[in-house]
Amino acid sequence: MTGLTAATALAAALLTLTAPAAWSQEPVHIVGSSTVFPFTQAVAEEYASVSGGGAPVVESTGTGGGMKLFCGGVGSATPDIVGASREIKESEIALCEQNQVGSLTEVLIGYDGLSIAQSRSGAALSLTVEQIYLALAAEVPADGDFVENPHERWSDIDPALPDSEITVFGPPPTSGTRDAFVELAMEAGCSAFAEVLALKAARRDVVCARMRGDGHFVEAGENDNLIVQRLVADESALGIFGFSFLQENQDALRGVSIGGVAPSFASVRDRSYPLVRPLFFYIKNSHRGVVDGLEDFVFEYVDEAAIGDDGYLAERGLVPLSEEERGRVREAALEATPLR
Amino acid sequence: MTAAMTMTAAQGRLAKRRRKDSIFAVAGAVAVALTLLWILFLFTTLTVRAIPAMTTTELRLEIRLDPERIPANNPRRGDWRNLLAESLNTLLPETATREEQKLARNLPSKGTIHLLRNTVAENPGLIGTTRTFWIPVADPLDQYRKGLLAPAENTDGAGVTILSPEQAALFDTLRAQNKIRTRPSWRFFRNPDSRFPALAGIAGAAVGSTMAILVCFLVAFPVGVAAAVWFEEFAPRGKRTDLFRINVYNLAAVPSIIFGLLGLSVFLNLFGMVRGSPLVGGLVLALMTLPIIVVVSSAAIGAVPREIRDAALALGASRQEAMRHHTLPYALPGILTGAIIGLARAFGETAPLLLIGMNAFLATTPASFTAPATALPAQIFLWADQPERGFVSRTSAAILALLVLLFAINLAAILMRYHFENKRRRGR
Repeated sequence: MTGLTAATALAAALLTLTAPAAWSQEPVHIVGSSTVFPFTQAVAEEYASVSGGGAPVVESTGTGGGMKLFCGGVGSATPDIVGASREIKESEIALCEQNQVGSLTEVLIGYDGLSIAQSRSGAALSLTVEQIYLALAAEVPADGDFVENPHERWSDIDPALPDSEITVFGPPPTSGTRDAFVELAMEAGCSAFAEVLALKAARRDVVCARMRGDGHFVEAGENDNLIVQRLVADESALGIFGFSFLQENQDALRGVSIGGVAPSFASVRDRSYPLVRPLFFYIKNSHRGVVDGLEDFVFEYVDEAAIGDDGYLAERGLVPLSEEERGRVREAALEATPLR
Repeated sequence: MTAAMTMTAAQGRLAKRRRKDSIFAVAGAVAVALTLLWILFLFTTLTVRAIPAMTTTELRLEIRLDPERIPANNPRRGDWRNLLAESLNTLLPETATREEQKLARNLPSKGTIHLLRNTVAENPGLIGTTRTFWIPVADPLDQYRKGLLAPAENTDGAGVTILSPEQAALFDTLRAQNKIRTRPSWRFFRNPDSRFPALAGIAGAAVGSTMAILVCFLVAFPVGVAAAVWFEEFAPRGKRTDLFRINVYNLAAVPSIIFGLLGLSVFLNLFGMVRGSPLVGGLVLALMTLPIIVVVSSAAIGAVPREIRDAALALGASRQEAMRHHTLPYALPGILTGAIIGLARAFGETAPLLLIGMNAFLATTPASFTAPATALPAQIFLWADQPERGFVSRTSAAILALLVLLFAINLAAILMRYHFENKRRRGR
């Protein structure tokens, strides 16, 4: 115990000795979503190369964890930017206000779609989110109650669907793709059922989010290339991917239409395809002009070379915004338009 | 008859005991052999996988550093993308179609622009000249050259499009023209992290780790030894001291992630220190190493024969002098060995560093103890998650580098122990 207190005292002494100089000297610090991470990483490296100065610090903390750090206050110990794979929540705005973070600017950088894909050699399939929920949930409503998912074949759900066994390869729970899939497909599908809406919120979350574990939904790990091989080998099987991965494998795979809309750049961009999520980052305006390089970093991020149609972020799999939207986003980002 | 029977029974028992002995010996030998085999397997697979990271495939390219595209006052802001694309077109016949030009554009690693920028920014005199550069090729081609990736048509089984046959054919043509070479590369050791496998290196993480360990040593060693000396030499004997001692010993068994949480709440949230800096990382590792150093040092000091202390005290030395001149030098080899092994453990530690942010992506080498940095184990963790093939070999190479460093540290501990023990013997 003495050792520990002594160490703490010593640490305090060290702290006063090496207290950081003016915090404008510190590099730009970005936290947040693991989905946005590869894009921010690319911009950070590009920015460091162009400016020849200090590289921004990019940390992958997940959206929620990032928001907690971001809204923790102002000053050098808190991040300047947080990446998010969803819009900022009311509770997070409240936390920011409580810690007197001041105004934030929201920047929509593009979209990330989820695709359910099948082998090109199989018959084209079209599903609704309700059917996806009935096929993949651990529990489904039946006669006013909930039972363990009895559906073995697609035709058990709807006679119009093919008479083949339900086999879907999907990401493990640690993956951001899984979170997005649960949110966009499973939760959307299950809330169409009156029995689900009648449940208490906590129980509803469980019913909507729990995937079946009886072999019809297969957690295939993070290696998407492996799922492609399995889909090619079994033409009745389906796989869940990020949208960019389907794009790269158009020749072997076909996207399953959801609610009658097939996934494509156009349908993802105008959001008529339902499994789409926007990607954002939020800037702490009180740090602008104080943190060295923050302004230039934001400029680099919203530049055409990054978020444009041929930009290096599209190369990494971002679905870019339309040109008009990009113009609006750029203006808002550079003029520090506050949230709301 | 009874005597003969006893004899045979005794001989039987003897044979049985000898058999048991030999079974025991064989089991021991098998265990050692299995361990060695396992280590051998680990090292062979790691080495085989790591070798490709030590070389780089490069493309010979004449680049005209057009002054109209590169502003002399700020070369970094030049139109590098188009400049490079134009130079790549010179590799093709003039009749090349747009498709072929696209293939040529995908030849170099996308990080080439960064290399060109740096080269020209450092030598602005190059602007306006035409230079021959050896630039790194894109990762799939590098993997192809090393035999780790076969080109695949889109329509075939796997359906993976990272390397098309056309791209590979263009590469082969250029290779036949001697425009491709494979060279050993020091980039892996000299560069900081990058999202391009061809440019990514461990320099940034290695510097970050070294700085954190330095802080850890400077804090944990003096405090730990001082605490041990107090326990062994000066603490009043009694229940209270025992309670202190048991508490410190228990700390040695606390999982490292707990120290990470402690660091997060104390150093970052309470003191507001810089997130991810080697200073914070080192302090967290010091908290983790401290109890180990206290335990080991206590044992080493406790093992010093009483007579040495008593002799010094009998000749009139104060307790403090007896400790400084006699007990501590005698215990030093043991203390150092323990401390270094504790530091080696801290060096390979990842969990607490993840919590205080020493796992960020950083494209530069940390410049000071208060600037954010990454640690070597965290770098391995980051690379293992990257989709590009080139990071497979880089991950293995980074693991190997970490293991080699750990071996070096442990070797240093052993050598130091011999050195001090010999010195003591000679001095006697």
